[in-house]
Amino acid sequence: MDLTLKIWRQKNASSKGKFVTYKVNDISPNSSFLEMMDILNESLVVKGEDPVAFDHDCREGICGACSLYINGRPHGPDAAITTCQLHMRRFKDGDTIVIEPWRARPFPVLRDLIVDRTSFDKIIQAGGYISVNTGGIPDANAIPIPKINADLSMDAASCIGCGACVAACKNASAMLFVSAKVSQFALLPQGKVEAAERVQAMVAEMDRLGFGNCTNTGACEAECPKEISITNIARMNREFLCSKIGAPKVKIGAGGF
Amino acid sequence: MAELNSKIPKGELAQKWTEYKSHTNLVNPSNKRRLEIIVVGTGLAGASAAASLGELGFKVKNFCYQDSPRRAHSIAAQGGINAAKNYQNDGDSVYRLFYDTIKGGDYRSREANVYRLAEVSNAIIDQCVAQGVPFAREYGGLLDNRSFGGAQVSRTFYARGQTGQQLLLGAYSALSRQVKKGNVELFTRHEMLDVVLVDGRARGIIVRDLVTGAIERHAAHAVVLATGGYGNVFFLSTNAMGSNATAIWKAYKRGAVFGNPSFTQIHPTCIPVHGDFQSKLTLMSESLRNDGRIWVPKNKEDAEKIRHGQLKPIQIAEEDRDYYLERRYPAFGNLVPRDVASRAAKERCDAGYGVGETGLAVYLDFSESINRLGKNVIEERYGNLFQMYEKIVDENPYKTPMMIYPAVHYTMGGLWVDYELMTTIPGLFVIGEANFSDHGANRLGASALMQGLADGYFVLPYTIQNYLSDQIRIPNFSPDLPEFRKTETEATERLKKLMNVKGTKTVDSFHKRLGMILWEYVGMGRNAEGLKKAIPKIAALREEFWKDVKVTGDFNEINPELEKAGRVADFLELGELIARDALSRNESCGGHFREEYQTPEGEALRDDQNLMFVSAWEFTGENSEPVMNKEPLNYEFVEVKQRNYK
Repeated sequence: MDLTLKIWRQKNASSKGKFVTYKVNDISPNSSFLEMMDILNESLVVKGEDPVAFDHDCREGICGACSLYINGRPHGPDAAITTCQLHMRRFKDGDTIVIEPWRARPFPVLRDLIVDRTSFDKIIQAGGYISVNTGGIPDANAIPIPKINADLSMDAASCIGCGACVAACKNASAMLFVSAKVSQFALLPQGKVEAAERVQAMVAEMDRLGFGNCTNTGACEAECPKEISITNIARMNREFLCSKIGAPKVKIGAGGF
Repeated sequence: MAELNSKIPKGELAQKWTEYKSHTNLVNPSNKRRLEIIVVGTGLAGASAAASLGELGFKVKNFCYQDSPRRAHSIAAQGGINAAKNYQNDGDSVYRLFYDTIKGGDYRSREANVYRLAEVSNAIIDQCVAQGVPFAREYGGLLDNRSFGGAQVSRTFYARGQTGQQLLLGAYSALSRQVKKGNVELFTRHEMLDVVLVDGRARGIIVRDLVTGAIERHAAHAVVLATGGYGNVFFLSTNAMGSNATAIWKAYKRGAVFGNPSFTQIHPTCIPVHGDFQSKLTLMSESLRNDGRIWVPKNKEDAEKIRHGQLKPIQIAEEDRDYYLERRYPAFGNLVPRDVASRAAKERCDAGYGVGETGLAVYLDFSESINRLGKNVIEERYGNLFQMYEKIVDENPYKTPMMIYPAVHYTMGGLWVDYELMTTIPGLFVIGEANFSDHGANRLGASALMQGLADGYFVLPYTIQNYLSDQIRIPNFSPDLPEFRKTETEATERLKKLMNVKGTKTVDSFHKRLGMILWEYVGMGRNAEGLKKAIPKIAALREEFWKDVKVTGDFNEINPELEKAGRVADFLELGELIARDALSRNESCGGHFREEYQTPEGEALRDDQNLMFVSAWEFTGENSEPVMNKEPLNYEFVEVKQRNYK
């Protein structure tokens, strides 16, 4: 396959970026999208040009590092996969492909297609955990958990933190990401203990970092490579509301409630 | 010669760890606050260690090259984690898990370490459940288990096909809590370049900030490496693209000895190689062997027709299929350990029965299970794996058998550590896959997650205190000491030298060539003749690399080519040590199969008389050959036998 690529190039966070057009030839339809990018980069290096920088690591759809906006969609045209799982057989010979980084204010571009997603780590640090120390734990089977809850919790927990939900949202909302973590714990008895503190702390941090609000358009769910459902957002909203009205006033301390 | 003192506590096997914990020196809470520890890596071992040490009150600095600790490659582990809970009432016990692991490792690991691993396994499951890890459950609400290779009990806990992800996110959440509390300082997109020794002790590290390119010095009272395995030395492996050996390799060159470098695990069920543009190999979890049956055609003519696309696997009649694992190993069948399954696949393909376009593939067939259990049950168990397979290969494994072939997956070898997980450099600890300690010559499935978390949550937080207890009077180190400056200069100069080669060939092209040499001569089947060829070939490639590599970009910016160049430069040295170790070990054991040493049935033939030891390689200088030290392995509590899975 011969392809034309329009790729966002940006030297660093403070410089102005632009689209640059490249041609790649003889691409095997069996190669992955990132392998096609490797082939482009090899040719650039041989010519002495700077290769295109992009985040990637496991290349099997689980680490959440890869993050390309391909032809206007996070992780490209296929549903329920990451960019590294996208294969070139999905494209046609002669296609033009536009490749951009995630676009959202809380994800500043660092170089080319690499963005800074440390804001996601900060949200988790604000409360995305159950406050237990290592050791001194009762037997794992001491608390039976209904299978349906364990399964729903697992559905939410399969989030890979890639940020496609934010990139897809016109408001750059992180509600799907945050609600997935809130739901994972809210559905389990172990997580219920601190549920009120958790949802308040995480939502406050999300707002502070400049993520927008949910607009109920559902783009996040449509583009999520792990098919995380927006039902989680509804659950988070309920948890948030209950934490404000039902429970005693929550005091959020530093690090562990 | 390095002195190898394994520091194994005296006494009965089952009492050793308890005894150790009862008598080891501890550090009191007020002193903990003054002691600094560097942890490099944020995978299962690194994140669990950093979190646990932070909870105890130490001041921890935690580094990773990824943009977030959650992306460490532990995340990609699929199948599960072993523990001796015996929830299934099928006869499991701590001893049985210990025994299976020792036997699975082909009697090349330390009894005391392995027993401790089995002993703490149950606490790991408790810990993870308390953290909110959503393990699979039965309808009654209790935890579910499945079986894995090399065991006759079901002791593997799992979270769909994403167990590594869920366990890592558990450790990451514990780590995040300590970051918030201020006990752990996190450095993402930082790569360790070297370890700094002051008066013979590890006192800090040199890192490069991968965003700004700045070289930084960090000091501490102790350094913990949790940087994973070195399987990427083969170029094509199931490791992440960034997985590298630089941290442990630099520690080796500073005096830490390297244990059993040639013990690499070739995983039997990976998606076969399909083109020379390929950048990595994708694993299909071993758990698939619970419900999948492995076969090739019984007749060579059928295999040939399949290779040429004239015949489809579903057209091969039942009686014309050779379920070779079930035939050769009736007791364990498709659930033999990984090394045995890999070799058996290679044997069939070498004999001309392989399938796929290249002939380097065998079938993993679910039709029988789908008929017996229903498609929905198989989908619930392995849905994400089937989807992953379909995306890569463009075939539906519910309808046609999967094609699989062995690929480099895990490295049992790593830096040599004693019972306290400390290297031969005082104050330098190594945990998880980066050390050599628990898996001998072959690791059983679902044991890597167990070891990573055992080391990080339950072993290192005790053993490191024994070292730190006599460091309480040592004030905090200044990273301005001359030793730090000197190591920083050396690390910087090495990278600048790489950039100044300004040759004609890309970093990846060298990495691929190294991988091809290693796969051909130091892969699944090794022999003295091939290994003797590999060593000078790697040396020549290394020389060419330093004369002709081309690294683009600038030093002070995000520069993935420079990152790769530094890693490949180290792989080019490590590759040679792997070959040397493989050549020196004149026997077959576990993942190390020397073709000259096999039984008439083609099974691995060990030499327990002469080779029951750990090869611990010592660096002696850039232009001199490394020296091999031996740590003898004494089996007091198990009878050493030929492994038998028949």
